[in-house]
Amino acid sequence: MLRDITIGQYYPSDSVIHRLDPRVKLMGTLVYILSLFFFQNGFGLAAVTLGLILLIKLSKVPFRYMTKGLKAIGVILAMTGLFNLFLTPGEPLVKFWIFKITQEGLKNAGFMVIRLTYLILGSSVLTLTTTPNQLTDGMEKSLKPLNKIGIPVHEIAMIMSIALRFIPILIEETDKIMKAQLARGADFESGNFIKRVKAMVPLLVPLFVSAFRRANDLAMAMEARCYHGGEGRTKMKPLKYQKKDGIGYLLIAGYFVLVLLLRILL
Amino acid sequence: MNFIEARKLVHEYIRRDEEDNVEGITTALDGVSLDVRQGEFVAILGHNGSGKSTLAKHFNVLLQASGGTLWVDGKDTQDGNYLWDIRQNAGMVFQNPDNQIIASVVEEDVAFGPENIGVPADEIWRRVEKSLQSVGMLSYREHSPNKLSGGQKQRVAIAGVMAMEPKCIVLDEPTAMLDPDGRREVLKAVEMLNREKHVTVIWITHYMEEVVGADKVYVMDHGKVVMQGSPREIFSQVDTLKSYRLDVPQITLLAHELRKAGMEIPAGILTRQELVEVLCRLY
Repeated sequence: MLRDITIGQYYPSDSVIHRLDPRVKLMGTLVYILSLFFFQNGFGLAAVTLGLILLIKLSKVPFRYMTKGLKAIGVILAMTGLFNLFLTPGEPLVKFWIFKITQEGLKNAGFMVIRLTYLILGSSVLTLTTTPNQLTDGMEKSLKPLNKIGIPVHEIAMIMSIALRFIPILIEETDKIMKAQLARGADFESGNFIKRVKAMVPLLVPLFVSAFRRANDLAMAMEARCYHGGEGRTKMKPLKYQKKDGIGYLLIAGYFVLVLLLRILL
Repeated sequence: MNFIEARKLVHEYIRRDEEDNVEGITTALDGVSLDVRQGEFVAILGHNGSGKSTLAKHFNVLLQASGGTLWVDGKDTQDGNYLWDIRQNAGMVFQNPDNQIIASVVEEDVAFGPENIGVPADEIWRRVEKSLQSVGMLSYREHSPNKLSGGQKQRVAIAGVMAMEPKCIVLDEPTAMLDPDGRREVLKAVEMLNREKHVTVIWITHYMEEVVGADKVYVMDHGKVVMQGSPREIFSQVDTLKSYRLDVPQITLLAHELRKAGMEIPAGILTRQELVEVLCRLY
């Protein structure tokens, strides 16, 4: 299950989307997420679907690779779908015992599941086509104005990029500890929920200890390499807008207007 | 003046209880004096807890001495104004390769040091290429560090230090977590840097085989420098080394045993080649 997490898993390829400035992609993702909650009819849905398909095709990331991220939220999807299906008041379609399915419920459930699925798919395009470093660079630069009101933007960006770097390491470590505990007779699988949560304690304690030790080592290594915050720091790959980034912004704006119009007019 | 000069260096770890009362004092360094000349390959040997890692952290001012003085590149390490200058000039490589790689792409990690000291972008690219080349990792520049072997990761870490163009690299047990192949590959890379780029190297280890090629060896025990000299001088004193819980290289041990058994073999044989030559001369 741990290996299904596609967040922060960069998929190396050489597509237009890969080469876009991360700031454009961040803005695009934001607009895309907004658009998901704007559309309210079939036309809007068609426009968003078209946009998503185009995006995935352009990114050259295999579709199967993207859907891996969906497995992890399967339960959430099912729950949202079921709640919407049964608990929306309105014109009843089917009725049995204490349950009833309404027309509105059917529509809400369908749209909600589609929205969540698209949300995961769309945002994984961002993480799959952008290296964690580009991503945090993009955030750091777009959010720079917040520095003036005392938010340590550089530090937050650095924390995020380090967290992303250590995800695979800590997953591997969890795996190792799990095997070591299994070898000594630990049981992670049987018993009820509470029992299984309790069984996680011998897994989490060593994991936390080791994570703290790593953090300590890393801090020392960073200091040894003259890290002293964002002040006076230069970049190997400074972000510079190019022509295609301008086109990117235009397309995003066009897409947003289209989705808005479809909602207002139809 | 020597590149590094330590005089009667003392470092105490003070343990305190909750009310800030001193509970106990561990003296990790106890009057260490040593000199390292520019361009030398110096090895520091010692068993666990001998104070060698504590000493290493002083060269880079990650720790401050409780007593005595230490000059690095002619600058007093107690003077806070020189802190970044010294850290740039005495780079440090640590034991665990995973815990010192910051970025998710090899070349971006190598760029981390130069970025911190404010090197312009074009110059960073030049340095990254040069330092990856110097450790033979240029073809991996766009890889993720997670997919590299231990030895390769450690060479990336060395490249990351080299990109800051230091005069000296301090390596604190860089091979302790590597397999024999990785160990050889890292040692070879560092020896090359020392020979060709004239970088001063301070190599801290407890593997005796690795210090055979050093210019000078210091042996530490309980926070004190107990032996110093060329590798040959050090390894000719097999019994003394054993008393500090250190093992000599196998070949040296074999020569030593043969000598004790009455054969005419000189003390301090370091390589298999040497032993072969001596034995051939005997018969």
